[in-house]
Amino acid sequence: MAALSDQLLTVTIFLYTMAMLGYAVEYAFGTRGVVAASVVKEPVLVGGSAGYESVPGETWTAPVSEPPAPDQRAGRAALGGKVAVALTLLGVLAHTGSVVLRGIDAHRMPLGNMYEFVVFGCLVTMAVWLGIAIRKPSLRALGLFATLVTVLLLAIAATTLYVKISPLQPALNSYWLAIHVTAASISSGVFMIGFVPAVMFLLRRRWERTNSQSFPVSLGARMPASDVLERLTFRIHVFAFPIWTFAGISGAIWAEAAWGRYWGWDPKEIWLFISWVVYAMYLHARATPSIRRTTVTWIAIIGWLTMLVNLFGINLFVSGLHSYAGL
Amino acid sequence: MAVLALLRNAWRQLTSMRTALLLLFLLAVAAVPGSLLPQRGVAAEKVADYLRANPDSGPWLDRLYLFDVYSSPWFAAIYLLLFTSLIGCILPRLRAQVESLLRPPPAAPARLDRLPVSLSHPTDRSLDDVATVLKKARFRVAVRDGAVSAEKGYLRETGNLLFHSALIVLLVGVALGSWYGWHGNRIVVEGPDGEFCNTLQQYDEYGLGPRLGAEDLPPFCVRLDSFHATYQANGQPLTFSADVTYSENGPEKKQAVAVNSPLRLDGANVYLLGHGYAPILEFTDRYGRKQTTTAVFLPQDAMLTSSGVAIFPDANLDPATGKRDPSQQLGFQGVYLPTVPDNVADGSSKHPAENDPALMLVAYQGNLGVDNGIPRSVYSLDKAQIDAGRLKKLGEPHMLLKGGEPWKLDDGSSIRFVGTRQWATVSVRHDPGEPIMLAGAVLLLLGLLPSLALRRRRVFVRVTDGVLTAGALAKNEYPGLAEELELLLKEK
Repeated sequence: MAALSDQLLTVTIFLYTMAMLGYAVEYAFGTRGVVAASVVKEPVLVGGSAGYESVPGETWTAPVSEPPAPDQRAGRAALGGKVAVALTLLGVLAHTGSVVLRGIDAHRMPLGNMYEFVVFGCLVTMAVWLGIAIRKPSLRALGLFATLVTVLLLAIAATTLYVKISPLQPALNSYWLAIHVTAASISSGVFMIGFVPAVMFLLRRRWERTNSQSFPVSLGARMPASDVLERLTFRIHVFAFPIWTFAGISGAIWAEAAWGRYWGWDPKEIWLFISWVVYAMYLHARATPSIRRTTVTWIAIIGWLTMLVNLFGINLFVSGLHSYAGL
Repeated sequence: MAVLALLRNAWRQLTSMRTALLLLFLLAVAAVPGSLLPQRGVAAEKVADYLRANPDSGPWLDRLYLFDVYSSPWFAAIYLLLFTSLIGCILPRLRAQVESLLRPPPAAPARLDRLPVSLSHPTDRSLDDVATVLKKARFRVAVRDGAVSAEKGYLRETGNLLFHSALIVLLVGVALGSWYGWHGNRIVVEGPDGEFCNTLQQYDEYGLGPRLGAEDLPPFCVRLDSFHATYQANGQPLTFSADVTYSENGPEKKQAVAVNSPLRLDGANVYLLGHGYAPILEFTDRYGRKQTTTAVFLPQDAMLTSSGVAIFPDANLDPATGKRDPSQQLGFQGVYLPTVPDNVADGSSKHPAENDPALMLVAYQGNLGVDNGIPRSVYSLDKAQIDAGRLKKLGEPHMLLKGGEPWKLDDGSSIRFVGTRQWATVSVRHDPGEPIMLAGAVLLLLGLLPSLALRRRRVFVRVTDGVLTAGALAKNEYPGLAEELELLLKEK
């Protein structure tokens, strides 16, 4: 079953790569008009002048309208996008199969080493992406970048992080593994899909301001409107932040039982804390009207970089109590 | 007056969002060096190694508290300022929230169609019917001057305040833990003579909160009856467990302890953190006097290649005079291999289980240097004595088998490798801040979820001449407001 799990992962990577091609076809040959038409007016501030008192400093904003439904896209390009979503769905199924089979073969949660952690996190990323792509076809252009990031990470997992199935280390042998590591992996996967619209927002906003034709800003020409991307970024991060918080809390409860203290500034704990503080900064900055949305989004990108430091830097180069990479 | 204005201005600056963001950023950056440099609170011996390896830069880093980042004044300055800013931020918001909860929703504006979201349709309902509908949808409703005002989503701000207050609870929990918490670590060898009791003298290393004295430790004793480890073929550990006997002011009780399931006593928990082997050696000096010692050897790698020493300061005591001759003392430096590798010259064990155990010993005779009162490592011989020629090698290194033949030394003494006992590193800890931390963490999550998921919004409705006009606005970004308004006021 382990061999089947490995083969399914190869199939998964292949399907995601094919999906990436589909998204690319739609991206390259889709009309630019869709993008241009979806510019939404800025939110209107509604203050006390509307005729009722409000607490000083409070701003009540008008709801921002959703992007208009996609226009009739050039048929063939849209077909590319639809095929890509179908391939993504197949990929997610194969991906789920790979994770489940590994768990069955190992008789435990398939989250015992870095390979399994990354593969599970990528599954969460793609599942969230699939949900977005199906519910909001107008955002399908993100698929190109979402699959790109995922395929890169899965390829690293399959080539350099891969380890054979083995029983858990004694320290990991606890029901907290299923709680703490699952929460950490899910929130990592969600933060990753949040990173994609964050980068796209910065490119798109720059393109809107400068109309530059030089790469990579020129990519912005075919992306959804910047404020749509920005709102998506925010909503994904809002979803991930409590899960990340819970990952920290459940980790602390487990650490008390395993190591005798709930918090001990182990390198992994330190970087969980750093990411948490940076994402908290993001949420606070987003709620502050005087801070520009580009600055806000840069904080989210720094947040994702701290997640990467924690995943690769700390696992592979720093020794600590969380040295479970198995490499 | 000028001073007051200055203070007020400083307070306003400190409690501003920009300052809070800057402090959060500083907190994140300040936490980084602790993950790159060894920390005293985590691994004091690694700090000592670092200082030895970097005699130039090390002391400077030390002066900047870079080996004690999380207890450094600059780290404390950042989080204390942040908490001050936090309190300065939540107090006025708490008052505003209480006021808004006490006050009915505000009066409706004159022109509802000017609100961000509005609708109008013919209706059979009266204004009171509409008020009932909104009340059922759990809005707070006020009817005045021919209009309904309704508001919902107060829990968002309440949750937000709860989240931030929970952070203060966490700070209190940490403070309590560091004032009234304590821990002690030690190695415990299997068997009745390995028993220890909860006093500071019996720990190899300990830490006591500043508000505690040695007499505050609860009385109990713990004995390690047996320790079990199982491994895979490749040497990776599968399970660690121990059987212990303990007593707290009463009869002895037995319990199994494992990683992830500590021994929980009244006022302290006992955790299993590490393990290793302790060879039992029987030494017979040239006068035929026997002594047996159990020497704790420290693991050097994952396969439990272990090293340590066995010393016999009373060796070769002349039975006629009873005088101790420092030049006749014996010490053995040893490496224990639980499983001898195919090529013994490799010098490291092939597997952590005792599949094919052997003990490599090097004998030294002379002055062990134990009588000069200088504290020394119990895991190695005194290198200064060897370098000074006061402690000399006796014969060639020798390999002993478990329960095998004794090794006869040139001076007429002999040593026999009787067997091994296992030992475990235990950590005994008490942190009275833990329940507070847990409560704080639960409150934190309980506050975080509504503060991110809910939206505060207001709905105003008028009914004039059979036509219903409604308008709504949200305090937070809420794309679905128009939909909600329509659904709320839909008539069958």
